[in-house]
Amino acid sequence: MRQPSLHPIDERAAVTVHDLTVAYRDDPVLWDVDLSIPTGTLTAIIGPNGAGKSTLMKAILGLVPMAAGTVEIFGHTSELQRKLVGYVPQRGSVDWQFPTDALDVVTMGTYGQLGWIRRPGKAEKQRAMDALEQMGMADFAHRQISQLSGGQQQRVFLARALVQDAQLYFMDEPFVGVDARTEAAIIDLLKNLRDRGKTVVVVHHDLDSAPHYFDHVVLLNVQKIASGPMATTFTTENLERTYGAGKAMTREAVS
Amino acid sequence: MTSGTVILLTGILCAMACALPGTFLILRRMAMMTDAISHAILPGLVFGYWLAGSANLIVGAVGATAAAILTVTLVEALQRTRRVRGAEAMGIVFPAMFALGTILISRYFANVHLDTDAILYGNIEFSAFERLVWSGRDLGPQSLWVMSILLFINITTLTLLYKELKISTFDPELAQSLGFSPVLIHYLLMLLLSVTTVGAFTAVGAILVVALVIVPAATAYLLTDRLIEMMVGSALIGALAAIGGYWLAMGIDSSIAGGIVTMAGAFFGLALLFSPNQGLVAQRHRARLNKQRFALDLLVMHLFTHERTADEYSESSLGHIGAALHWSPDEAMRTIQRASDRGMVVHANGNVVLTEQGRHYVQRLSVMNRVQVQ
Repeated sequence: MRQPSLHPIDERAAVTVHDLTVAYRDDPVLWDVDLSIPTGTLTAIIGPNGAGKSTLMKAILGLVPMAAGTVEIFGHTSELQRKLVGYVPQRGSVDWQFPTDALDVVTMGTYGQLGWIRRPGKAEKQRAMDALEQMGMADFAHRQISQLSGGQQQRVFLARALVQDAQLYFMDEPFVGVDARTEAAIIDLLKNLRDRGKTVVVVHHDLDSAPHYFDHVVLLNVQKIASGPMATTFTTENLERTYGAGKAMTREAVS
Repeated sequence: MTSGTVILLTGILCAMACALPGTFLILRRMAMMTDAISHAILPGLVFGYWLAGSANLIVGAVGATAAAILTVTLVEALQRTRRVRGAEAMGIVFPAMFALGTILISRYFANVHLDTDAILYGNIEFSAFERLVWSGRDLGPQSLWVMSILLFINITTLTLLYKELKISTFDPELAQSLGFSPVLIHYLLMLLLSVTTVGAFTAVGAILVVALVIVPAATAYLLTDRLIEMMVGSALIGALAAIGGYWLAMGIDSSIAGGIVTMAGAFFGLALLFSPNQGLVAQRHRARLNKQRFALDLLVMHLFTHERTADEYSESSLGHIGAALHWSPDEAMRTIQRASDRGMVVHANGNVVLTEQGRHYVQRLSVMNRVQVQ
């Protein structure tokens, strides 16, 4: 089911995680995770609620403190590789009543390259506009963000990630609460990014679509259960170990 | 400059300086931090005055700012224990700081000249008489200097860090992943708020300063959905409140600070009622139009469904329509009238019949609905 990638996969891993433990007030939400995500893959992080999927992503990005372990992005700390990384947080993590429009939100993706104090100019606005165009959202550039539908808001977030022009993208549940058309547009975008040699890591919770959308998978439930190519990793046995027996039995047909 | 001009200018500059950071406090839902800070600066002020041996402006301001930062830090430390939540932590810290201030005044520093009324209610009325004197030269009213510097600091900081404040307010996680430190920006904003509060309380007092920070920005938020317009608008609304409040206070011979804050409150009330998009009147109007449109849709859809059926005649009688669609006879008549005004129906002999135009409308309506469901 995995489409062979058009580009040869880079020997270097995009992400390498060693012995990662993250705890909230001494409660481990991620326990001693070791994994490596190859460059040029479309990787899903899959696991039940509370498995630590978002936390894994945030720890790799340096957004939550690590109790133990190390994280490397293309062989260096995430601090050093910041410019190579694009991030799409969960749509529900921001206040959509904020007084701004779609174009302005997408322009925020250029702030990292601008650094402190410098303001976005014409060039940045144009790049933001192009990204909106690419996501089919050009007509909504000056729409107040609270007046966009869930799917449109998600496209704005993805357009914002596009202008970051990163090598490695992290997306937290981009398919939640979007219509079928947006889901198709997102998956097109992800495959397009992968075919251009980018690495995309997505927190995903729909087991049915996962094997069709992604070529690599990380199965997570506080500990890492398995990780590797979709075809050999997304097995009934591994899913049972991730979700508990019985829950994943219906997956047999797919895997 | 007449004394009245000095008071008016002090009020305008002070209101504008306060309103600017207010925008970000509103958007970060931290409006009440201003209240905490404005009360908690008292012990710092007293301590500063005691160190200097007199009511020295600069030493007092440094002490007060230090107390303000201490308050923010304490509130956040308390919140981090997770034994008390957001607003409760403020409610515990700032009365404690304020109480400490009153004890310091009454017990130890009774000999320091401190006018409690001026601290609580401000003394903008006397702003023309407190001069800034430097090596024997009178440089003009002190309050104008203080407020101008304050406004300059706020405009400069908010202009330079506009982009950083915007992104870390809207999406702190993205801000951090891009290399901006939301924590640093948070403390910068708190420092700015502290300096503003310390500078402004001499004019309007510790109790009313919170209104100047919050109310103009809250008013502007009702009037626009652009961040930059909200900031500039809040400063303008603050200035208008200062002008209106000054005349109000002159007119009824009362407290000027009270007048300014009352005017700010009145502006907020007006915006809440009459804002073109978010105002209650506009909202009520939209709701009424929606209800009318829905009633119209119900009527033509009902007629369309029963057209050319066996019970068409009974279903389209005036009396039956009201009962079927849960309308009073009045409501039914009004809706039928509206539909006939638009040429969608004709009614004669107690029956209502769709016109070609009405049929066309229904068809478009049902197509629209299907699109919206998808």
